[in-house]
Amino acid sequence: MDFLQLLEMFFSGIWGTIKLFTVALIGALVLGTILAGMRVSPTPVLRIAASTYINVVRNTPLTLVMFFCAFGLPFLDIRFGATSSFNSFIYATLALTAYTACFVAETLKSGISTIPVGQAEAARAVGLTFGQTLSQVILPQAFRTVIPPLGSVIIALLKNTSIASAFNNRELISAMRNAIEVRGDLVIPLLFGTALAYLILALILGRVFDYLERKLVILR
Amino acid sequence: MSAPTQVLFDEPGPKARRNNIILSIVSAVVLAGLIAFVIWKFADAGQLDSAKWYPFSFSQIQLVLLKGMGATLKVAVVASVLALVVGVVFALLRLSSKKVISVPGTIVLEFFRGVPVLLLIFAMFLIFGNTIGAFWSVVIGLTLYNGMVLAEIIRAGILAVPKGQREAAMAIGLRPGQVMSLVLMPQALRAMMPTIIAQIVVLLKDSALGFIVTYQDLLYQVNLIGREYNNLLPTFLVGAVLFIIINMIVAGIARWLEKRLQRKSTAPVGAEGLSAQTAA
Repeated sequence: MDFLQLLEMFFSGIWGTIKLFTVALIGALVLGTILAGMRVSPTPVLRIAASTYINVVRNTPLTLVMFFCAFGLPFLDIRFGATSSFNSFIYATLALTAYTACFVAETLKSGISTIPVGQAEAARAVGLTFGQTLSQVILPQAFRTVIPPLGSVIIALLKNTSIASAFNNRELISAMRNAIEVRGDLVIPLLFGTALAYLILALILGRVFDYLERKLVILR
Repeated sequence: MSAPTQVLFDEPGPKARRNNIILSIVSAVVLAGLIAFVIWKFADAGQLDSAKWYPFSFSQIQLVLLKGMGATLKVAVVASVLALVVGVVFALLRLSSKKVISVPGTIVLEFFRGVPVLLLIFAMFLIFGNTIGAFWSVVIGLTLYNGMVLAEIIRAGILAVPKGQREAAMAIGLRPGQVMSLVLMPQALRAMMPTIIAQIVVLLKDSALGFIVTYQDLLYQVNLIGREYNNLLPTFLVGAVLFIIINMIVAGIARWLEKRLQRKSTAPVGAEGLSAQTAA
């Protein structure tokens, strides 16, 4: 197996990682926002449900969550597609979404608490309902305040996609393991290459968040 | 500032109270429906039969699960201690006034902090696995990653100690090493203790990764028992509950410490200290 083939293998691995990351990122942002909204809602049942979910899942290792999704859901006959590779992909993104959403919700909640009381009071004074206050006044500001901590949550998500390799997913780490299987003499360069790929991806993400921070963050 | 939850909505009037009650009931019904669906799915797959739960009454199974838990905790404890040592060392390296020491320290730190912890565990396992075994592969992998994160936390803590402390210590004639070890480091460690413990919770959670390099930890035993007795989900739930309880205890200690430290804090943590975060 020559260098070009190895490189091709690696790029398909990187593509797999990016796919996992993007789908899980969208899912986690949506679910996290919903959870944060539930946590500050006037309905006690929703508040308790959201905080219980966050507390339990946050204290569970991601490996366990993914173990449950990858091995448990098929047991319960919950399947999403015909092929097993597509199923593994969905299970892994489900686990990553469920896990990361807790951290997104926690971050957003701390963002909500930094917004001056006057904002919510003014919103109520002009007659906005709770839903309107949250979606049009509070959350837009909260998102802009928490961009730096949200960035570290999202970079952690990128690194966490590596755990999916243990559950039949094609991504960087599994590409590395395949490559090592065929070229056992190149273990150390392959490990370094993988590390470098992760570092570059994280660096790009960091740059994106620096840019967003400069453009959007509200200094208080 | 008052709690945000109290600000986002008014004290409910009669109409809002009625709506609230309706919404509570509706959401409770939806949630109960969801839980019922999960239980029904479990029952449908035959995972709730008493036969599936029966093995847990065997003392042998209990012993195996406890052994797995013990193995996981052993990794977490050894790695925590080593990570603290690595953290202190690298914090000092980064704070060094000599560029020759601080620049390579920073490069190494950023490298290990930027890659997934699983990759580090794999690297140890693939390169040294034959000589050091799965246990040390996991421990060293966890140590390298979490040690670097702890180094950043400790460094932020040292930088947050008021400047007068260092100046006063130098004025009474302490050597630089003494200033660090007798004055700055104790205050930094104390101020950052909640963050450090939060990172140790992260380490504890990551110790479940040992399963992937065939270290015989809790998850490994869960998998084994589950396949042996064909009761993967019940075994999984037992294992998950064990894990969650331990994590919640450690996280609870962190919260308790934070409250206690707020009561009588010596080194107020500045903006930099607050920005140092744990990384999952």
